[in-house]
Amino acid sequence: MIRERQSPPERRSLPHRPRLVPRLDPSVVPSAATALVLVAAFLLGAARYENFASWMVLRNLLVDNAYLGIAAVGATFVILAGGIDLSVGAVMAMTSVLVARLVEHAGVHPAVAIAVAILAGMSFGLAQGSLIQLFGLPAFLVTLAGMFLARGAAFALHPQSLGVRHPFVAQLLNDSLSLHIPLGPRGVVIPITVVVAGAVIAITWWTLRQTPFGRAVHAIGDDEHAATLMGVPVGRVRVMTYAIAGGLSALAGVAFTLYQQAGDPTACKGLELDAIAAVVIGGTLLRGGVGGVIGTLMGVLILGLIQTIITFEGDLSSWWTRIVVGVLVLAFVALQRGVDAIASRRLTSAA
Amino acid sequence: MTDLALLSVRGARKRFGPVLALDGVDIDIERGEIHALMGENGAGKSTLIRCVSGVHSPDAGSVSVAGVPARPRTPREAELFGISCVHQEVHLIPHLSVAENICLGREPTRRFPFPGIRWGAVRERARQAVERVGFEIDVRRELCTCSIAAQQLVAIARSLDCGARVVILDEPTSSLNEREVEALFSVLRRLRANGLGILLVTHFLDQVYRIADRITVLRDGRLVGTRSAADLSRAELVAMMVGRAIHREPRAEQHASRAEQPRFAARGLRRRGALDAVDCSVDRGEAVGLAGLLGSGRSETLRAIFGADPIDAGTMTLDGHPVRPGSPREAMRVGIAFLPEDRKRDGIIPSLSVRENIILALQARRGVFARVSNREALLLADRFIAALRIRTPSPETPVHRLSGGNQQKTLIARALATDPLLLLLDEPTRGIDIGAKEDVLDLVRSERERGVAIIMASSELEELVRACGRVVVLRDRRSVAELMGSAVDPTAIVRAIAEAAPEPDVEIATRG
Repeated sequence: MIRERQSPPERRSLPHRPRLVPRLDPSVVPSAATALVLVAAFLLGAARYENFASWMVLRNLLVDNAYLGIAAVGATFVILAGGIDLSVGAVMAMTSVLVARLVEHAGVHPAVAIAVAILAGMSFGLAQGSLIQLFGLPAFLVTLAGMFLARGAAFALHPQSLGVRHPFVAQLLNDSLSLHIPLGPRGVVIPITVVVAGAVIAITWWTLRQTPFGRAVHAIGDDEHAATLMGVPVGRVRVMTYAIAGGLSALAGVAFTLYQQAGDPTACKGLELDAIAAVVIGGTLLRGGVGGVIGTLMGVLILGLIQTIITFEGDLSSWWTRIVVGVLVLAFVALQRGVDAIASRRLTSAA
Repeated sequence: MTDLALLSVRGARKRFGPVLALDGVDIDIERGEIHALMGENGAGKSTLIRCVSGVHSPDAGSVSVAGVPARPRTPREAELFGISCVHQEVHLIPHLSVAENICLGREPTRRFPFPGIRWGAVRERARQAVERVGFEIDVRRELCTCSIAAQQLVAIARSLDCGARVVILDEPTSSLNEREVEALFSVLRRLRANGLGILLVTHFLDQVYRIADRITVLRDGRLVGTRSAADLSRAELVAMMVGRAIHREPRAEQHASRAEQPRFAARGLRRRGALDAVDCSVDRGEAVGLAGLLGSGRSETLRAIFGADPIDAGTMTLDGHPVRPGSPREAMRVGIAFLPEDRKRDGIIPSLSVRENIILALQARRGVFARVSNREALLLADRFIAALRIRTPSPETPVHRLSGGNQQKTLIARALATDPLLLLLDEPTRGIDIGAKEDVLDLVRSERERGVAIIMASSELEELVRACGRVVVLRDRRSVAELMGSAVDPTAIVRAIAEAAPEPDVEIATRG
């Protein structure tokens, strides 16, 4: 015999209805938090130290962090696309030594040397990206190997620091090529490295937000499989992000060379980790897909401000910078996790 | 225009290693047709879709769109041929806007003053696509803030924007509620009226009869047939899917008397998107079968009882005491053992030996730090190797070296080593040879005689009939019928599975 059972009436949630008050978009929360931390750090410094809130301090903040900023923009491309690049600092050192040697020992004009260095950096990144894409190798390991290779190459090029004394370099750095802003008692002079960093950030913002390539970078970081099925040229875009990161690392290396007026094979050890920290504090998800270059800019400025505050404090060891950065990175990772959890809970309750 | 079918597949064949996943399948989709593709697990539905949509290339056979040969090698190429696929787990980019998702990869751009995307045009195109599909959404919304149902409609809008003429929907309704299903179906009817061809993969019989014009059934990679939905009865359809040559088999004798209190009883198990209302009980020394089509809630019921997936509502009692295992460990502690459906993924630890695999569950039940002595472990292993006739050179042989059937027996031994009160078996005979099948069924019988309560889910109706004195039939995630005694036979089960559910429209009316 068959016993039919009465099925109970269904209870379903109501379909989605538009809300009168828009909720705070969870994806905005991390960038808002970054901006908040940036302002808080500045206000803390300004309240604690007399001369903190001055144009001079701000200018130095920019000058001291221009090369980190450029490198972090490169890291933003790679991380947004769901990858990682550990070779940044080593590529910077390699290109800085390359520029110094070309100029000082080979007699090449610095402008040419800089172009060569940037091409070298891009090729390096292209090679790393191709290995990752074509052979499906883990990005972490490929770029770790790249880090050792580039660092070794820097030492092979020249084992010690090498000063760059070409007149063109002096000219690049002197006031004629810098931005003069009539602020404060003596005006503010912004050197070319900062101008270049600013331009890089602006172009990157445009590229990531306003071009199909930039949207594809977001797409493959967010869901690579879906992006493939939607016809995004995943491989090409991914390799491009590594090439861009390599080129920007080289540009950062050039900026560093100008900043130090020397090429140094020991320079920028661990800078890639600062760059990653800046990207993460800037609200970009390490798994990719969400974030942007404005956040990275704020992240770099936060790192710089912390350093400045520790310097102002005087008797604190500079290692305190690291401790604060560590705490911040942890806090932001926790924040992102929390935002993710809330977003997914909302989605399931809406579904 | 012509009498050529919109999409025509001839002799599609695809082999994965030793498995022939598709063996000479033909299918035609006409303009303005909703065509349902049906079949049980492993029938070849997914493979066929993937071959048509450019994810796999078929080893042999031809695909043509409106008479033009098409051999897409990538999903993008398939889109260019006008074939577009919408999957159950929507393949879109969660953190981009709806508009971007519709236009990604084909954004309208400008060159001046800076090269970039024309967002106004993107939104306009997205709006048009959404309108053609016939729903409303703010195209600037981030996709991940939309419900799954809305995301599917966005995916369909994207297909239209790509110029799709054939839209393939793979299990689109599995995670939708009734209202959302109705909304999706009205979209599909609209597309049909516009002359698109729609291939719908689903395992919900009621939905197929609500919307499909024709039905194609695959089984074991072969075409069983294509029939008009109006001329095909549910029972015939189910028979086509499960491939039944219906004949009588010796069956398990009915459980003599219903005890006062069942060993285990579950009432109204409910889990969002998996189970709606499942009742099931089993006495000491009884084997109860769970029958139903793929997706009806067979495995989900067992997983819920074992605490592998949390339930949203429902009660369970074991020997009269309420239980609600929150994890497999808790379930094991109260005496429930589970044999998962996919032994490679959920069960076996390939590099551990037969002995180690057998004592694993026992170890878990006693605690990670409790010592199971070597002597005890060996005795246990020897006992089960003998009792279950596991053919292995030695208890120390790594289990991945054994045949599928012997791996399965090792897993069953693992479940039995905990001396369970209730044994849950999910597809215990899938993928093992005939001899091993007999051994497994013998084992079910002998364990039952020892007084163990058994719940067994299987798509092999004959096995259910042989092993179980009672069969609970599931349909659309609910238990809909219970067959006992002489009523337990494959024909009756097929009939119960095929019974029409109450009309959904009526349900909505009574609810509203």
